[in-house]
Order: sequence, then structure tokens, then C-alpha cells
Amino acid sequence: MLNIQYFASIREALNRSEEELELPRDVKSVQALIDYLVSGNPHFEAVFTGSGDSKDGKVLVAVNQTIVDRGHLLSQNDEVAFFPPMTGG
Amino acid sequence: MISIQNEDFSLGDEYAAIRTRAGDVGAIVTFTGLVREIYGDDSTAGAVQSLTLEHYPGMTEKCLKDIQLKAEDRWPLLATRIIHRVGELCNHDQIVLVATASAHRNAAFESAEFIMDYLKSEAPFWKKQKSESESSWIESRDTDKAALDRWQKS
Repeated sequence: MLNIQYFASIREALNRSEEELELPRDVKSVQALIDYLVSGNPHFEAVFTGSGDSKDGKVLVAVNQTIVDRGHLLSQNDEVAFFPPMTGG
Repeated sequence: MISIQNEDFSLGDEYAAIRTRAGDVGAIVTFTGLVREIYGDDSTAGAVQSLTLEHYPGMTEKCLKDIQLKAEDRWPLLATRIIHRVGELCNHDQIVLVATASAHRNAAFESAEFIMDYLKSEAPFWKKQKSESESSWIESRDTDKAALDRWQKS
């Protein structure tokens, strides 16, 4: 089971903070997961195509709590997180 | 030593603690970040009433540990301390503390700046500001990214 978490403006735009997902057989990479989530869900589409709340439309991805690029390959039981650029300090 | 917490911190207590922990120390730098009334360029938004800090539990600790180790690799540090608050904060509240201890001042100054620069762009914290009229997520700034890039040159 994939554990997916959403933070900050993305959590609010999607109105969810966490979900479990059985990794579909043909979803190998982070980009494929995004395509899968976007298909048929206008909220996801707005977030991931840059028309969402975040001005620069940038969505960062972490897998198992490390930032990765969209080509990163996923495994069953990965923890995936989507969030905007950080603004701590 | 790293803490993510809701509670405020005492600079005096933290200074005393790192001073003891560092042993034969010659220089201690402490940096404290506070909540400002205006964030970003949008002065029309009105004065900020409060700030909410969200983070990614687990990854936050991992990132801060990583930043601390990077600093310890680069400078001869005797002790470091990072505190980052989360939750709802008010104007002029303390948000973040970075303290570094070394034998000499350069290492202490530079490593404190390095830790802050990394923390701003690489640790998973997000600020949401609330004014009388609206609430909005604070956008990341290019100047923060530029501050980070300068450490990669040397």
C-alpha cells in the first residue's frame, strides 16, 4: 500500500491530508503516479498543472521523506508526499 | 541537538546549555528568528495578526539532522542547537533558534548562517499568515534560494 501525504496549500486545495493507495501495476514512477492521480480529478489537475493556489504552481515530491524528481521509481509501501516549496525559518 | 516544538524557548537557557555542552569553547553565535508584521511584498494585505507553521513530522527532523551534519562536516563545531517552533504564533513571537559553538568566531558565524539558509529552503516547514481580512500561504522567495546557492560555490 502506498501512503500519500499532502501538505500546506496542496493539502487545502485537495481537501485531504493523507490517503492509502494500492500502487497500480502500470504506475512505475512519480510522474506516472501524478498522471494517475490527475486523470479524472479536476482538483488534482489544478494543483499539478499550476493553476492551483500556489503562485508558481510548483509541487515538490518526497519519497520516504527525501526530495526526489519526477522520474524516481516507486515501490509498494513507499511514503509519498506532495507539497509546495518550503518557507521555514 | 534538534527540537521541533509548539512551546517558546528561552535564549538565555539555550545559551547556557550550549556553553556547558561545548566545553573549551571560544565563540558562540546565536540567531533568533521572529514573526514580522508584514511578509513578502504585498503590503496591501494588511498587518499580519498571526502565523501558522505547518511541518512534515518525521521528514522535518531528518532534514534538520542532515543540515546539522553538513555544517559539522564543513566547520570545526563543538556543539550546535536548532529549535524550530510550529503551530500558531503571534507577531514578534520567536520562531527559530540556531546556535553554534566553535573555538573561533568565523566557524561559529558562518555555520549559523549556513544552517539558517538551508533550513529556510530545505526543511519542510510552511508558513500561513492571517491578517484581519484574509489568510494566505507565504510564497517561497528567490532570495532564499540565492542565499543557499552561495554555499555551493566554495
